[in-house]
Amino acid sequence: MASAELQPLIYDIGAAGRSGVNLPEPDVPLSPLPTDLMRADLPLPEVGEVQVVRHFVKLSKLNYSIDEGLYPLGSCTMKYNPKVNEDAARLPGFAQLHPLTDEDGCQGALFLMHELQRWLGEISGFEAVSLTPAAGAQGEFAGILMIRRYHIDRGEGQRDFILVPNSAHGTNPATVTMAGMEVRELPADSQGNVDMHALHAACEGELRDRIAGMMITVPSTLGLFESTILEVIDTVQDAGGMMYMDGANMNALMGVVKPGELGFDVMHYNLHKTFSTPHGGGGPGSGAVGVNAKLAPYLPGPIVAIVEEEADDSPPLYGFVMPQKSIGRMKAFHGNFGMHLRAYAYIRVYGDSGIRDVTRYAVLNANYLRAKLMRTYPVPYPRYCGHEFVLEGHIDGADEVHALDISKRLMDYGFHPPTNYFPLIVPEALLIEPTETEVKEDLDAFVEAMESIADEARTEPETLLTAPHTAPVRRLDEVRAARELVLCCAPAMPAH
Amino acid sequence: MSYIPHTDSEAEAMLAEIGAGSIEELFEAVPASHRFPGLNLPPPMSEMEVAAEMLAISEANDHGQDFAMFRGAGAYHHFIPSAVNHILLRGEFYTAYTPYQPEISQGTLQATYEYQSMMCALTGMDAANASHYDGATSLAEAVTVALEVARHRRRKVIFSHAIHPQYREVARTYHQGRDIRIIGDRGRGEIVDLLEMLDDNTAMLAVQYPNFFGQIDELATVAEAAHAAGALFVVVANPMALSLFKSPGELGADIVVGEAQPMGVPLGFGGPYLGYFAIRQNYVRRIAGRIIGETLDADGKRAFVMTLRPREQDIKRERASSNICTNQGLMALAASVYMALMGKNGLRRVGELNYHKAHYAAERIHRLDGFSVDTSKPFFNEFVVACPRPVAEINAALLEEGIIGGYDLGQHYYHLDSHMLVCATETNGKDEIDRLVEVLGGLG
Repeated sequence: MASAELQPLIYDIGAAGRSGVNLPEPDVPLSPLPTDLMRADLPLPEVGEVQVVRHFVKLSKLNYSIDEGLYPLGSCTMKYNPKVNEDAARLPGFAQLHPLTDEDGCQGALFLMHELQRWLGEISGFEAVSLTPAAGAQGEFAGILMIRRYHIDRGEGQRDFILVPNSAHGTNPATVTMAGMEVRELPADSQGNVDMHALHAACEGELRDRIAGMMITVPSTLGLFESTILEVIDTVQDAGGMMYMDGANMNALMGVVKPGELGFDVMHYNLHKTFSTPHGGGGPGSGAVGVNAKLAPYLPGPIVAIVEEEADDSPPLYGFVMPQKSIGRMKAFHGNFGMHLRAYAYIRVYGDSGIRDVTRYAVLNANYLRAKLMRTYPVPYPRYCGHEFVLEGHIDGADEVHALDISKRLMDYGFHPPTNYFPLIVPEALLIEPTETEVKEDLDAFVEAMESIADEARTEPETLLTAPHTAPVRRLDEVRAARELVLCCAPAMPAH
Repeated sequence: MSYIPHTDSEAEAMLAEIGAGSIEELFEAVPASHRFPGLNLPPPMSEMEVAAEMLAISEANDHGQDFAMFRGAGAYHHFIPSAVNHILLRGEFYTAYTPYQPEISQGTLQATYEYQSMMCALTGMDAANASHYDGATSLAEAVTVALEVARHRRRKVIFSHAIHPQYREVARTYHQGRDIRIIGDRGRGEIVDLLEMLDDNTAMLAVQYPNFFGQIDELATVAEAAHAAGALFVVVANPMALSLFKSPGELGADIVVGEAQPMGVPLGFGGPYLGYFAIRQNYVRRIAGRIIGETLDADGKRAFVMTLRPREQDIKRERASSNICTNQGLMALAASVYMALMGKNGLRRVGELNYHKAHYAAERIHRLDGFSVDTSKPFFNEFVVACPRPVAEINAALLEEGIIGGYDLGQHYYHLDSHMLVCATETNGKDEIDRLVEVLGGLG
């Protein structure tokens, strides 16, 4: 990547009349085109196939990726994306299957979704699962809408507060607002747990009857299991609230604890984190939601059910159903099926005896990095972490160096930086999540790079402040981007 | 152990470094009463076995490689040049994360910027975001933008009934917690009937182009009427149709949204697809989701970066207008490669092929006894066929002959019982169309 050259824009290569595709001649009689309805110009590029391929291959070389190396981006679970899953997704029986195929004609796909619903429910201890949400944030939205509808149905529509710890992902409070509800933020205590004093005050005070529920990430966004989690759940549920678990960190829980058994009412899964579906440079994801029996009638639909039981000589017939009191559809069709089938293949490979190992080794890798890095960097919470941990990007004797500079310098050492400045409650936060698929040698190399950077911070801070030095570009002028707002390079269109 | 590389001795060495006796010890904070439950899952499988099982499951589906496909209704079977898939399979693209670190993400950033640019070119808009989940959620997000533009003082949203039924359902799901009304789509009226509903409480009016029935409505006067009432005019457009027809921007749209699956994304049983969202310059700061802008690096080199970031949920939190984080980035790359390959001339030719195939099919079906095609308005690659028997019966007969027939409109529109929405694209050869006509002819 380091030596890769920047590329001209697709609009700046090519020549008039050139095309990158060879299309058949029409084999039917031509019909007259409605010229008065047609556009005069279609300002797209004119580039040959070879040029297009080279353009995008060269662009690809400007990216860092998991296939290139360690990607310890906390809260994102950048694990290896198995290649066999990509092959499976491209089988014609999946790739060329129309979403509105009659049920008889898509029994394979429905069987797969039905199995995945059951397996996800089993892994997290929930009664029912809907695969329709397209991403974690959409799963959250579905969950909060279900909680809202549940209270309204019970004549408690005044419950409009959702408690959210201040360490939460930004999607949590944004979700609450989208659902037309209100956020009450809760502080963390010195151990990184929810401040129980504040929680009791919120749940037992005069606003008790307005508590609709709480959203919480387990383990927390600091990578810590809340030792008080059972008390948190009891406190909120005693006040009549529902418990939502943000499942972004499920990679720390598989086979270790089932959120449904802890008492959670609803959670979302990130199939693109825990279950290895590729992040794709920003998406697609898949944000299935699991619920207990209370919320099952409210699930977003459709979900897959057995509509005719297995008979002597025929398998069961699967079909789509809308749950009885469903909050509705989250998207057209049935969710990101391409992600469902990859997650299916992933769970199938590990199976009953292997899924727990994913979590065991993810947590081993994180604690190993933590143990080695805490010799060089401050680590705020003195306890074992889950699948990720936070350290402070602060180096004694180098006060001008910030977490951002350490991150940028890591690029020169050939690593993707950790998540910086999140969670917001730790100053100079560097959130590190190695995942289970990383080998010890690479973890050791990462530690060496971090140690070397700490030395540089003291001896040659300028090197960090101006990093990266070997990436395709240097630091960017983000203020200019927002001020000048150049968002489109297509040739100017006819006036509106 | 599948994708876990540790040897036993490595794991032991790592535990020694940590100072723990076992991996299990690392989970001491998890309540003991609930720790290490059993999992009722199937046993593990090797890669070889999984590959065979996935193939077997996939073959239990009726798909577009084995059947002649005449079904659209929001998901379209188009030719995708091989190069698209080869680019998507570059690990540098599909195994990268969101480009929060722009110095090592210029590939994703520039490709997305080019996608935004080409979507602007197609729609006639000034700016496009990096994607929404699908066409339906793009429409739902357009409602949010319209409400924000009106500073939540206007609480009425008008939808044409000829917008995809599932898109309208999704918009209602999204806005069920808000004090707004979505109206206009319960009847079967024409777009002009919607204009009577416009008033100073209307935040937006939305139509589909071509509409759900494949037809091209006259939009310029609708845009004028919406603007006269101070409402935004939102168009849900199939980008493939924009290869031929006037851009919504030219017709006065303020926001253009829709499903860009036809641009290089396979049917895939409904997802992942690609919601696109394009908007006029004056509303660009209201756009939700990621948006890529051009800038310079410290050496003055042109580079790309996610911009207008303070709108987004990770910064604005409960004051953000949308919670979107993960989007459909890789599908935007597919569309980018597809549009670059097709280009100005290729896409126009694909559009013409769609038009001619659909019109040939429509004309021949219209001549069959018992069948008639609605030709009251111009159409692109889909058209409505009134059938002499229930659509389910017709489709069952077609399936016997290796044909996946049209979509049964009676499922969503009571007045369209025994009406079928038929789609023909460049992938349908004349022989397939003739076979379709022949089988239908036997059912008249």
